[in-house]
Amino acid sequence: MSDGSLMLDGNAAAGVLQEVFVSDATTARGACASCGTIGEVGSQRLYMAPQSPGLVLRCHGCEGVLLVLVRRPGHVRLGLQGFTWLEIAQPDAPA
Amino acid sequence: MSFVTRGFKGRRRDEAHADRLPPGQYLVRDFPVLSAGPTPHTAPAAWTFSITGELDEPKRWTWNDFRALPSETITRDIHCVTKWSKLDTIWEGVSVDTLLDGVDSAADYVMAFCDGGYTTNLPLDDVTGGKAWIAFGYDGQPLEPEHGGPARLLVPHLYFWKSAKWVRGLQLMKDDAPGFWETYGYHMYGDPWQEQRYSGD
Amino acid sequence: MAGAAVQRRLTWRVAEVAELVDETPRVRSVLMHVPDWPGHLAGQHVDVRLTADDGYQTQRSYSIASPPEAVDRLALTVERIEDGEVSPFLTEELRVGDRIELRGPIGGYFVWDVADGGPLMLVAGGSGVCPLMAMLRHRAARASSVPARLLYSSRSSADAIYGKELERLGGEGVGVVQTLTRMRPDGWAGYRRRIDRSMLQEVVWPPADRPLVYVCGPTPLVESVAEALVELGHDAARIKTERFGPTGG
Repeated sequence: MSDGSLMLDGNAAAGVLQEVFVSDATTARGACASCGTIGEVGSQRLYMAPQSPGLVLRCHGCEGVLLVLVRRPGHVRLGLQGFTWLEIAQPDAPA
Repeated sequence: MSFVTRGFKGRRRDEAHADRLPPGQYLVRDFPVLSAGPTPHTAPAAWTFSITGELDEPKRWTWNDFRALPSETITRDIHCVTKWSKLDTIWEGVSVDTLLDGVDSAADYVMAFCDGGYTTNLPLDDVTGGKAWIAFGYDGQPLEPEHGGPARLLVPHLYFWKSAKWVRGLQLMKDDAPGFWETYGYHMYGDPWQEQRYSGD
Repeated sequence: MAGAAVQRRLTWRVAEVAELVDETPRVRSVLMHVPDWPGHLAGQHVDVRLTADDGYQTQRSYSIASPPEAVDRLALTVERIEDGEVSPFLTEELRVGDRIELRGPIGGYFVWDVADGGPLMLVAGGSGVCPLMAMLRHRAARASSVPARLLYSSRSSADAIYGKELERLGGEGVGVVQTLTRMRPDGWAGYRRRIDRSMLQEVVWPPADRPLVYVCGPTPLVESVAEALVELGHDAARIKTERFGPTGG
C-alpha cells in the first residue's frame, strides 16, 4: 500500500467537520502556524478513520499538524493550535 | 429502537477466539495500517535510539549498536483502539529492560518520541519487567516503514496506539504527561481489558 | 442558493431506494427519493450509515452522481470492492423500496457550478468519474456552453461507467477522451496507457487558457495527475483534487 493512500484531501472531512462547525468547513481558509501557508481546508492533507484513530489535518506546505479532532461518546475534542487563524464564510450572519 | 438497515450484516464478527478478544474488539486476519501523518523513512545510518530526561547521563545507540544487543522473538496478541485485534503476531526486538539496564532514575513514566513527531506516554512499570520491546522485525521480516520500521515500540498489553511507530527514544519523566492522542482525549493508560479507550473511561 | 447548500446543520435522513441501475458488472447506481432534500452542488457527497440488527453501525461517503437539477432522484454510483463491507451490500443486497440513512450534502470545496465558468477540465480514474458526472449532468441540464472536457481512465470498455451517456455528451460538445489501460475493443484507436504528463499535455487546454481542473479517483492517479499538471505550468490554485483512498469498501 503506497504511503499516499492513507491520506485523503481535506474535503473528505467535510461531514465530520460540519457536525462541529455547522457551516461547511472545507472552504474555510486558515494560516498554518508552522510555516504560514494559507489554504482552504479542503485542499489540505487529511488522515482520518478508518486509517487513523482520529482526524488529523496537515498543512500541504510543511506537513505540520493544523487540526486534530477526536470523537468519543458524548464529546468531540478539537486541537486547533496548528492554525494561527481559521476563517469560515458566513454569508447569512448578521453584520 | 433506532433505525436498522434491512439486510445489512456488517463485517463478519468472528466468534472464534472470543475469549482472547477484549471487550468491543473484533478479529482481523490482515494487518491494518493506521497513521496520523506521512510515513517517515529513516535510513539505518541516520537512526539512533536515546534514553533521555530524568537520568544522570543520557544513553544513545546507533543502529549497529542497537542490533548488536541481545534480542528475542515473541508472539503476542495486539489490540487497536479502532476495535480490531490480531492474534499471535510475531515480532523480533530488543527488550526495553535491556535498554534500561543500569539506568538509575527517579522517573515513574516515560514519553516515547518518534520520527514525524508522534509521542505517547506510559508508566515505567509498563515498559519494564518483560512487557515491552523495541521491535525491528515482524513476521520474520524487517519491519516495514508503514508498520513503523526501522523500529517501533511494542507494548502489547496496552492498546496499540501506545506501541509507537518510528520510535527514536524514551524520555524518562517524574510525572505523567499526555502524548499525542492522549492530549486529544484518548486514555492516559489504555488497558484494552478494561476498555480504557478515552479519558474518563 | 449555493450558500444554502453548504450552510446547513447536517442531520441524518431516511431515503427510499427508487431505482437500481447496473452500470457495469461491478458498478451499480442507487437512485433514491430523499424527503426534504435541501438541494446540492455538483461534486458534493453524502455519508451513508448502515445499522445491523445488533446495533453495529458503519458509515461510508459516496459522491452524488445526479445533478442539482434532478430534484426528485438523488443518485449514488457505487463500485463493489472485493471483500468490502458496505459496497457488496449496496450493489447486491439493496432492493427497491428499502430505506437507508444518509446525511448531506457535504463538502463545499470540490464543487462546480456553471456560474464558475471554465474551460472545465475533468480528469477521472475508475469510479472517480462519479462526482465529475454530476458536474457534466449539471452543465447539460443548464444547457451551458462552458467548454468542457473529460479525460477518463478505466481498465476496459466494460468497466467504463456511464458509457452510453458519455457517448451522447460527446456528441453534444463535451470533449470525452478515454484511456483503456488493460483491455481494448478491436479497432480501438484511443489511448491505451495510464494517464501521464504527455497525455495531459495533449488533452488539457494549455495553461494560458486557465482551465478549472477537477481530478478524482484512486490516490496514486490523483497525485500523479496533479503533479504533472503543475509541472506543465497549470495554476495549482485552479486544480482541485478528490482522492478516493481506501474507504473500507
